[in-house]
Amino acid sequence: MAKPNVTAKPSATKKPRVAIFDFTGCEGCELNQLNFEDQLLDILAQVDIVEWREAMDDKAEEYDIAFVEGALSTPDCIKRIHDIRRRTKVLVALGACAVDGGVNAIKNLHPIEEVRATVYGKDQYLFPTLPALPLSAVVKVDHNVRGCPMTQAEFLRLFTSLVMGKQFDEPDLAVCVECKLNENECVYERGMICLGPVTRAGCNSHCTNFGQYCIGCRGLVSEPNLKGMNEVLTSHGLAVDEAWKRLQLYNAYRLQGVRA
Amino acid sequence: MSRDLGLENLDINVKHLTRVEGHGNIVVDMKNGVLHKAQLDIVEAPRYFEALLKGRSFHEAAIITSRICGICSLGHQLTSLKATEQALGLAVTEQTVLLRKLLIHGATLQSNVLHAYFLAAPDFLKVGSVIPLVATHPDVVLRALRMKKLANDIGDAVGGRAVHPITCVPGGFTHVPSVETLRLLRGKLVESMVPDWLATVETMKALAGAIPVFERPTEYISLRNDHDYALYDGDICSSDAGCVPDSEYRRMTNEFIVPHSSSKHCKVSRSSYMVGALARWNNNHDKLCPEALQAAATLGLKPGCANPYMNTVAQVVEAGHCALDAVAIIDKLLEMGPRYEKPNQEPTQYGTGIGSTEVPRGILYHEYTYDRQARIVKANCIIPTGQNLANIDDDMKKLVPEVVATKSKEEITSWLEMLVRAYDPCISCSVHMLDVEFLE
Repeated sequence: MAKPNVTAKPSATKKPRVAIFDFTGCEGCELNQLNFEDQLLDILAQVDIVEWREAMDDKAEEYDIAFVEGALSTPDCIKRIHDIRRRTKVLVALGACAVDGGVNAIKNLHPIEEVRATVYGKDQYLFPTLPALPLSAVVKVDHNVRGCPMTQAEFLRLFTSLVMGKQFDEPDLAVCVECKLNENECVYERGMICLGPVTRAGCNSHCTNFGQYCIGCRGLVSEPNLKGMNEVLTSHGLAVDEAWKRLQLYNAYRLQGVRA
Repeated sequence: MSRDLGLENLDINVKHLTRVEGHGNIVVDMKNGVLHKAQLDIVEAPRYFEALLKGRSFHEAAIITSRICGICSLGHQLTSLKATEQALGLAVTEQTVLLRKLLIHGATLQSNVLHAYFLAAPDFLKVGSVIPLVATHPDVVLRALRMKKLANDIGDAVGGRAVHPITCVPGGFTHVPSVETLRLLRGKLVESMVPDWLATVETMKALAGAIPVFERPTEYISLRNDHDYALYDGDICSSDAGCVPDSEYRRMTNEFIVPHSSSKHCKVSRSSYMVGALARWNNNHDKLCPEALQAAATLGLKPGCANPYMNTVAQVVEAGHCALDAVAIIDKLLEMGPRYEKPNQEPTQYGTGIGSTEVPRGILYHEYTYDRQARIVKANCIIPTGQNLANIDDDMKKLVPEVVATKSKEEITSWLEMLVRAYDPCISCSVHMLDVEFLE
């Protein structure tokens, strides 16, 4: 089903007000925004950045676009994301943690009692801890920029679409398609597990271009053929259980209760 | 009793300090001239990385621990790989070590430049962020962006990307940069990075008057070795206690829990110690290249420096060393002729391994124990920012009484914020987490 496309097209006179927030994560996606060295000044010219704790002191009451990095994993996170949603017109989930829960969600696979006891011992009930959640589990998210760290080209495409008031569509192909177009030798042929067959494209198969296997950081395509991937694994003599474990690295939230 | 200066009562509460990585609060509580509290509260949400690692394949350890922190991702990867390689008996080649050292130089350069220009400099110029400087100091901002970009180019060329690199795997690299790529990088380092760094030293000299004068001698801990300015390997060396091999890292960290921080604190010979660029400078300045030593002289950075605010200066000094040594490493790689080598991923043993490296914020340790399927059964990571937290608290406890007679609450708050920023703390890292207390 096509999502209604939400943009933050500015009025004739005003630049869109942008705010950037972080929750449970590594802040690598935000760092990737500072890493647009060639485009950073152009980006800054198109918008007013009104709040960004990692880079500046100012705070704002309202914004047109909020970019939010990180997963939600404490009651305070839940409170803050509601507050941000209330203040912003457009909410963008930035990176795997915000979109899918990211690696934080692996802890959801273990009983919460066990996780808490491992970490806090006898004090385990002193500290409120939740399973790691993507933003969309709690509030409405208008757009996703996927990847771990977020795919920079996708961020620029979304950013341009938002300030120009144009439609933004997420790719819904498997990484294999891009990898084939890049004429890489198939990772399976090299005897390694690869999550490309079920992982959402948009990264231009960056990892496999550099000889690494696809770690699945952009999340699953909308209708992943998990059975098909099992067959590919089996036909190449690779361990299905290990592949499933690797798939959980970025998909633990989405795959809860699912087993191909 | 003055209303503004010489305060008897002081109540400072900076929630979610800006321009640092992660979430921390500065809390000062002084009543009737008695200081009850001066500390950095760490309120970052815990991450449970040790729990995330349990049962994971050795292929995944560096991929997962890289996600402890985006800014320090390369440092976590290399430290993780060293620990895994030691545990599984995976030897690596000379080319692999050289490529890793080149990556460390890129990451240290990028992190030091980011901190000096984007996070610290706004304080020296009394603005809230780097953004107003785009209009007032465009040349300086463009230079900072150029340096950051080039530092990241090293990460892109060797690691596949600068944040969460791709090519570094147990036993080697999945991809090796070509001769052309290395030559291109070398040219940019010589023609752009080195002159930009020299200009940075001049900019820093012009701003040096804004660096607070404050001294508190402490214990300085860093890696040290005989062959270079230790970033990739060495013994653990303390300015108080001498050198020990990294197998004794637990004795050289002694993690302990305090109620105001979701990150553990550390101590060795005193109530606290410092790691990072200033500790490396104090312990290893004799190993820096002549150009970096010249820059230190220009900036008034002397051996045995006890002013934590000078950490930013030490970062600028070592950035020059990283740029120049990166050129030397590229020359060596070109002389050897870079070639693809299949990563050595056949374990010869299954046990425990320790990795230690100097990441931009200080010495980082990873320790893993693997089972016979090369899956992790136990993991421990000790993070530089966690090691610095007790030192930051001790600095605050000395600083506040010293300045309370002569400065307003706003000035004291600003000095405390600058103090925490000088350490370039990485709070996401520090709450990787074994034991936590979450305050909020």
